[in-house]
Amino acid sequence: MTGVPRFGHGSRVPGWDTAADLDKDPMGVPDPATTPVPDDLRAEIEGHMAKYPDHRSAALPALAAAQRLHGWCSPDAIAQVGAVMQLTPAYLTAVASFYDMLETHPVGRHSVYVCTNISCSLCGARELYDAVVEATDGDPAFNVRSFECLGACDIAPMASVDGVYVGPLTPDDVTALVEDVRAGRPVLPEKQLARLPVADPDANTRDFQTS
Amino acid sequence: VTKLLFKDIDEPGLHRIDVYERRGGYSALRKALTMEPEQVLAQLEASHIRGRGGAGFEMGKKASFLPKGSMDKYLCCNADESEPGTFKDRELMQKSPHMLIEGMIIAAYAAGIARSFIFIRGEYELQADILDAAVAEAYAAGYLGERILGSSLTLSMVVHRGAGAYICGEETALLDALEGKRGNPRLKPPFPANQGLYQGPTLINNVETLATVPHIISMGGAEYAKLGVANSTGTKLVSVSGNVQRPGNFEIELGIPSREIIYGLAGGPPEGRSVKCWFPGGSSAPVLTADDLDLPYDFDTLAKAGSMLGSGSIIVVDDSVPIVDVALWTARFYRHESCGKCTPCREGTNWTVKMLERIDSGEATPMDLDIMASVCERIIGNCLCVLGDAMAMPIGSMVAKFRPEFEAHIEAARAANPFAGEPPVPAPPVLQGAR
Repeated sequence: MTGVPRFGHGSRVPGWDTAADLDKDPMGVPDPATTPVPDDLRAEIEGHMAKYPDHRSAALPALAAAQRLHGWCSPDAIAQVGAVMQLTPAYLTAVASFYDMLETHPVGRHSVYVCTNISCSLCGARELYDAVVEATDGDPAFNVRSFECLGACDIAPMASVDGVYVGPLTPDDVTALVEDVRAGRPVLPEKQLARLPVADPDANTRDFQTS
Repeated sequence: VTKLLFKDIDEPGLHRIDVYERRGGYSALRKALTMEPEQVLAQLEASHIRGRGGAGFEMGKKASFLPKGSMDKYLCCNADESEPGTFKDRELMQKSPHMLIEGMIIAAYAAGIARSFIFIRGEYELQADILDAAVAEAYAAGYLGERILGSSLTLSMVVHRGAGAYICGEETALLDALEGKRGNPRLKPPFPANQGLYQGPTLINNVETLATVPHIISMGGAEYAKLGVANSTGTKLVSVSGNVQRPGNFEIELGIPSREIIYGLAGGPPEGRSVKCWFPGGSSAPVLTADDLDLPYDFDTLAKAGSMLGSGSIIVVDDSVPIVDVALWTARFYRHESCGKCTPCREGTNWTVKMLERIDSGEATPMDLDIMASVCERIIGNCLCVLGDAMAMPIGSMVAKFRPEFEAHIEAARAANPFAGEPPVPAPPVLQGAR
């Protein structure tokens, strides 16, 4: 065994030293009476549930909302979603562990997903990823991951910084990128995807001012 | 050059309903609502448009498979776009979301559907926000909701954000994810047209397919079918990326020479380099070489050449890149994204990566190439979905077309390995009766 499992804030994960009790019933749906849920989160989850014929469909947006609040899909976050949606923690944990964007371990607040798929790798994404890892240097505020194709191969190599696509990046841009995130500024505004006109030369028959 | 989807796509404010309407937006919907649903469906069938998501199944035919009647039917727009190299839907949704919404309303009318969903991948936050705003605008303008434009059509639309899983682009896995489950593919049949979302008949189409629907209705299905070539009608968005000078999205008429796309539109590989191989339809398509550059870019020709058009995304690899690296990046992607439901795919992708890593580290023998080929062969056709096949086909084609390079790589890596020259560790004796 490689050490005691701990949360990011240092305390030990409950149950790390106890054997599974096979006689115990599995954990049921969290009791709404004893599970306090922040009003904003409850309203958001109930809003999602109302959009679908089957309220269970809201599991993904609900977990994403809880993760935005808690930073990751912590036991508390799962219990709160379970209490509102009337689903078991086991079910929600199974869902959360399937998807790349739902975190089942504590992570930094600022996500930097560096695409290292084929197109980006052909344009130097591995060097970019190494540079980002080096620049953040274990800073607990950052969640740096090498990600599969993010669907922006036209700006390869690229990264998604807190959901904002920036590229094409060189290892020299990384310092500015990390500083922008730390200062809470928009990240590399001149490299954001949103400003990019379409590549097809014949697409725009009129002359548009693309900003 | 005919531009349907990309005509003046960069007009400022096109994502807003007033600009879209000023350009003639939603006139195709008004035209469709003057026709009977069967007539709209007939137009779609006459256009012979093939699905733009990857499988290339005719959209009109798929819509006609939905049972008639008043049961709950669903329309899902597949905006999960995660195929490596593909980014056409992102551009469409970001710049012209109302084109997609209009297409979905018309498709729903043709198939008698009252509830629709857009399943967009979670990474596309900007595009999902734009779609959310566009759907709200469409509701406010009366294009969505009850009794649309005074007709009998009622349609609701929900933008559903995924959370990062390639497999959710597979239609039945998408349905599971939309139902709030892990995105595992389902056994087919029953096909979604009979039993899909919430067990109801479901029509699933790609963003680009649905965004083309207003243009088909405006110009007429037969007129649309005149674009492109036989069996590959219409225009197609092509995403070109990798080692090219001008990567990006281009709208082409199907059937133009591939060289014109890679060299003419995308500028070809950087100065002094040449094309080593290219994926014609995303990373799932078997690679083609420089000899195949003059093939017309359409569904049937590429299928005949042993590859596929797929989602229409070309990844160009130039001669400075070792083929083993490309194979390893490809295989790692599929290993990471395999959902783990079917054994051949879960284990096959894992072992292929291990063998490729061995090749790279100098611990492999040429026999590993044969084992890899046999692993790939045993994945194909043996799983619920085609994710495993999508790894096996490109890897198999790379080994087949670049075998000398793989073998040279094995030898070079073995020579560079620090343990080179040492006598091999003897195999442990086989215990009698241990079987």
